[in-house]
Amino acid sequence: MKRTSHGQIVVPRRSERRFYGHGIPKADPEELAGKLIVVEGADGSGRSTQIAKLVEWLEGGGHATVQVGLKRSTLVSAELDRAQQGNILSRTTLSLFYATDFADQLENVILPALRAGFIVLADRYIYTLMARDMVRGMDETWLKNLYGIALRPDAVFYLNVAPEELVQRNLSKKATLDYWESGMDLGLSRDMFDSFLSYQTAMQRTFRRLQATYGFTIVDGNQSVEAINEELRQRISVVLAGRLTRGPTAKPGRRKLRR
Amino acid sequence: MKTFAELNFPGRLIAVEGLDGSGKSTQIYLLKRWLELRGLKVYFSEWNSSELVKSATSKGKKRELLTPTTFSLIHATDFADRYERHLLPLLRAGYLVLCDRYIFTAFARDVVRGCPPEWVRGIYSFAALPDVTFFFRSDLEVSLRRILDGRPKLKFFEAGMDLRLSSDPYESFRLFQGRLLEQYLAMSTEFNFAVIDANQPVEAQQAAVRQLIARRVDLAGFRSTRPQPVSPPRSLFGKAEPEEEPIE
Repeated sequence: MKRTSHGQIVVPRRSERRFYGHGIPKADPEELAGKLIVVEGADGSGRSTQIAKLVEWLEGGGHATVQVGLKRSTLVSAELDRAQQGNILSRTTLSLFYATDFADQLENVILPALRAGFIVLADRYIYTLMARDMVRGMDETWLKNLYGIALRPDAVFYLNVAPEELVQRNLSKKATLDYWESGMDLGLSRDMFDSFLSYQTAMQRTFRRLQATYGFTIVDGNQSVEAINEELRQRISVVLAGRLTRGPTAKPGRRKLRR
Repeated sequence: MKTFAELNFPGRLIAVEGLDGSGKSTQIYLLKRWLELRGLKVYFSEWNSSELVKSATSKGKKRELLTPTTFSLIHATDFADRYERHLLPLLRAGYLVLCDRYIFTAFARDVVRGCPPEWVRGIYSFAALPDVTFFFRSDLEVSLRRILDGRPKLKFFEAGMDLRLSSDPYESFRLFQGRLLEQYLAMSTEFNFAVIDANQPVEAQQAAVRQLIARRVDLAGFRSTRPQPVSPPRSLFGKAEPEEEPIE
């Protein structure tokens, strides 16, 4: 870890960069000096609270940050919103629409920010998109090929909260459950409460399966906000120092510890 | 990948592919008329994107926001919408569905733009293969002349301007079409294209097309007992794809 004359500011060590698959044509991962940190989890798992605190902490430490998330692209976010309101697109179409949204942000926000040495905080990444589609019966190999464009993050944290607790948190915040977060399009149950529980249980099962492949860190989201943030900060400090704790790798058993 | 027949669909899909100006739209129109006049269940699939996907595509094109990856994905979205909402139900219902361009247009176009071929093919693997794919093979110069003689207002992506092959739209279009032709020819054997010599007279091409369809499709099984669905009116020289703004 290199310390500057300003005392506390840590200049991050460059990490070895790779895409999951073919990546983006002509994008050279070696030029990406910044760090990509992903926070995954259901609605109500505390993602945005944690990200807000991380931004404060990182900026306090002298790091420039950028935030990205799902459905925030210039290209298709408005149309995606409308598509969801009407529930008019079928499975593959909606899936590809989300992939377009992701690719637009990857090329226009994530990669340029990383080239400029920023720390990019992603409020969800390809894993949520894949899990949602997998729960809806789409082919995992097809999804892996599609998201071969994605860059491997430096760290992925999955905030794991029991579905029963998620219900309570969502209701206390909005007094209502979201149609899509309850998986109502799947027809699991006409009862939204039951549907929410079954859907979120299925999502957690899928995340555990993806975890085996992509090796992200599962964080106990039932702890206090402070305790979770402390854990995230610790792990991110390690990433900034140029070491990977549990490196997100493509295949299990190919995890490699770097000096 | 399998054809609709191999997947036991009662319907059959016939696609035409070829460069702009190869005359493929004229040929598929004449094929449709022939099938209709024989009283068969036929539907010509227009490129009728849903308003939603169309809005995103035209915004991306107008503002030139698209990269090779997003260009590919937004067109795949558009295709999936048309496939799931429109083509599949018709093929399940036993129609002869005619398509002016199919997945091979995307394969050629996206690969020329620099997307990896395996990635593009993987994305479109949800779609079944056509039962017959005609490829209208014309001399590059002939197709170019047909399109460029009128000095049309070429559109940015249509002319392949995003590839930066030339700053002159006409020159860019020529180079781009040349590269597309190479891709089509490379796919011809792999996907069993029925190649039609597009330098022949219209009638000679149509005779070859009808003969091949009569041989490969059991037309008697598609006789219609109901009134035909009305295909939207269409001009012979109309464009099948979503509109894009001309380069100013």
